[in-house]
Amino acid sequence: MSRARAVFAVLLPGIGSAVAVTVYVILLLAVESQAAIAALLVAGVIVVLAAARFGGMARIGRSFAERENAMNLVIVLAVLAVTGFFYEDHFVLLLMATVIIYVIACLGLNLQFGYAGTLNFAGAAFFGVGCYTAAVLTKHTAMPHLLILVAGGVMAAVIGSLLILPVLRTRSHYSAVVTIAFALLFKIFLEVNDTLGGPQGLPVDGMNVLGWEFNDNIEIGEDFEVAFYVNYIVVGLIVLALAFTFVRRLERSWVGLNLDALRLDETAAACFGLNITRWKITAFTLGNFLTGVAGALYAMMLGFIAPTNFTFGDSLILVSIILLGGIGNPWGLVVATTILIILPEKLQVIQEYRFLLFGAMVILILLFRPEGLLPRPLRTYLPGWQPK
Amino acid sequence: MTGAADGLLVSRDLSKRFGGLVAVDSLDMAVRPQEILGLIGPNGSGKTTFFNVVTGIYPTSGGVVEFDGKDITDFSPQAVYRAGIARTFQRSRLSLSLSVFDNVMVGNHMRLDQGLWFNLIARKDFKRQFEENFERARDLVKVFDPLLADRMFEAVGTFPMIDRRRIEICRALISRPKLLLLDEPSAGMTHDETKELMDDLLEIKGRLEDLTIIIIEHEMGVIERITDTCVVLNFGQKICEGPYQEVAEDKLVQEAYLGIQ
Ligand SMILES: Nc1ncnc2c1ncn2[C@@H]1O[C@H](COP(=O)(O)OP(=O)(O)OP(=O)(O)O)[C@@H](O)[C@H]1O
Ligand SMILES: [Mg+2]
Repeated sequence: MSRARAVFAVLLPGIGSAVAVTVYVILLLAVESQAAIAALLVAGVIVVLAAARFGGMARIGRSFAERENAMNLVIVLAVLAVTGFFYEDHFVLLLMATVIIYVIACLGLNLQFGYAGTLNFAGAAFFGVGCYTAAVLTKHTAMPHLLILVAGGVMAAVIGSLLILPVLRTRSHYSAVVTIAFALLFKIFLEVNDTLGGPQGLPVDGMNVLGWEFNDNIEIGEDFEVAFYVNYIVVGLIVLALAFTFVRRLERSWVGLNLDALRLDETAAACFGLNITRWKITAFTLGNFLTGVAGALYAMMLGFIAPTNFTFGDSLILVSIILLGGIGNPWGLVVATTILIILPEKLQVIQEYRFLLFGAMVILILLFRPEGLLPRPLRTYLPGWQPK
Repeated sequence: MTGAADGLLVSRDLSKRFGGLVAVDSLDMAVRPQEILGLIGPNGSGKTTFFNVVTGIYPTSGGVVEFDGKDITDFSPQAVYRAGIARTFQRSRLSLSLSVFDNVMVGNHMRLDQGLWFNLIARKDFKRQFEENFERARDLVKVFDPLLADRMFEAVGTFPMIDRRRIEICRALISRPKLLLLDEPSAGMTHDETKELMDDLLEIKGRLEDLTIIIIEHEMGVIERITDTCVVLNFGQKICEGPYQEVAEDKLVQEAYLGIQ
């Protein structure tokens, strides 16, 4: 009995904050007036700062650290609650699905930059590889759509490793230069390539799993209709859960230790037998795989893709999500992606200046809180494990 | 002269040049198994460079390095480690944001299962290996400091220099190397701390009978106390070798090093 109570005491701050954030997000998404949105944002910032000031954040962090599986479940339920609230609002649901898919892509980038320290400025391009793979495969083959998600990941992984293989042997930041070049060339390549639709882009079939059409609204009974985006939110959540588990396990293993060690000191790592190239390639390939899977899912959801979705600017947004959220902290990515995707959509004044604003945000973060909004905690291997 | 036959680590005519600067100059040297050899000499005499060449950080400019009867000249750092040589660095090179356990485990790389399946899917097996290695790491750290052994999951950056030196030595020892290279382990420490660290080192040496050590050190008290034999370098050349007492009385050595500060 007292054990159950102790568990509950640990969970309470986490659950409480999840409920509060859920209500807050619903409010933010529901409100239309620009003044009200601005007021909500200011209130949100003040509450978070106050919570941090009075130790609330630490307690919430403890809930996540000690009862990880329970908290993961709470977050999934929270997302489903918001989804349920907006069940017929296409705009909000698309926004939510986009956030989920972007988090998957950023998990990939986080593997590369957060753990292995390899900068990838072509995140949007590898995302685009996944998108175009889905477009071509849905059009020209009968491949099952879940497999197409995998294929999108594999394509991005293969292209990424071919690109990066020659430069990973060198030290310094050649990977940054190569990926910038790729990000810029990718869009030009798409624009001049007529078989891939040129500047107009390509249509993509909606997802269909075992006869279930993802792009049809879900009709329940006579006059109750749920927007089709809910399909993508559910699949997105499943893929995200898998990706999240994958990244977590990787981090909490000897492989994760290798990546951290080589990022922090290549020379010392090499003196203890670490094959630097092998582990960098591994991280880069696995990271691109996740980004590619996210791209394939995104393309099927949108139903249409064009080169303008995959600009260098989009790649920079992905990098700023990593910097903002907390390098190497998957939960930080969730928070940062939510902010960076939802904010400009809701607050229209920002839309036009969003690059300027993101740039300023990144600079401020790097100056005043270089470890990001949610700094990465110390490495662990088995959550909750205590030495005997 | 020590013959090549009875040396665990032997260098023959070993040289390292940086442009016009000859940092290690035709060095002949041998370390006998199980001894502690002191590598001494004034600042810039090529001691660290010798370690860097042996461990594959720099390519040699000439000559041969043999270890345990095998030619390891210009082996990669990884291959040198697998052959059984581990080292510490003059300027401590721990990862300060990682825990004590993490840092020690980096040194155990070759004994850890690195497969993706093992690490990601077979988490039960991983847990077993993790627990075994935690015990081993903690036991090793305990030899140096029992208090440190209770703080295995704290960031190294929160520890004082003496603990960092200990952790760095543990990282080098955890894989049970045949040869340990210590580059000024007492740098940045007080006299008492140095003495403490050397006590620990001698204790470890007593437990691991096969261990051979080369130690670079500026404190002559340390050298006198713990080494069996010494090699003195000056401008990359060996100017003298033998037990500390003999070396300390050598004219050349006194001129090059001991007399002039
Ligand atoms: N990477 C390098 N590039 C150029 N010169 C170097 C390099 N590393 C060392 N040197 C030079 O080689 C010489 C030997 O340096 P080394 O670091 O081996 O000396 P040391 O005996 O370890 O000195 P100390 O006692 O100060 O540590 C010095 O003149 C140094 O400046
Ligand atoms: Mg030196």
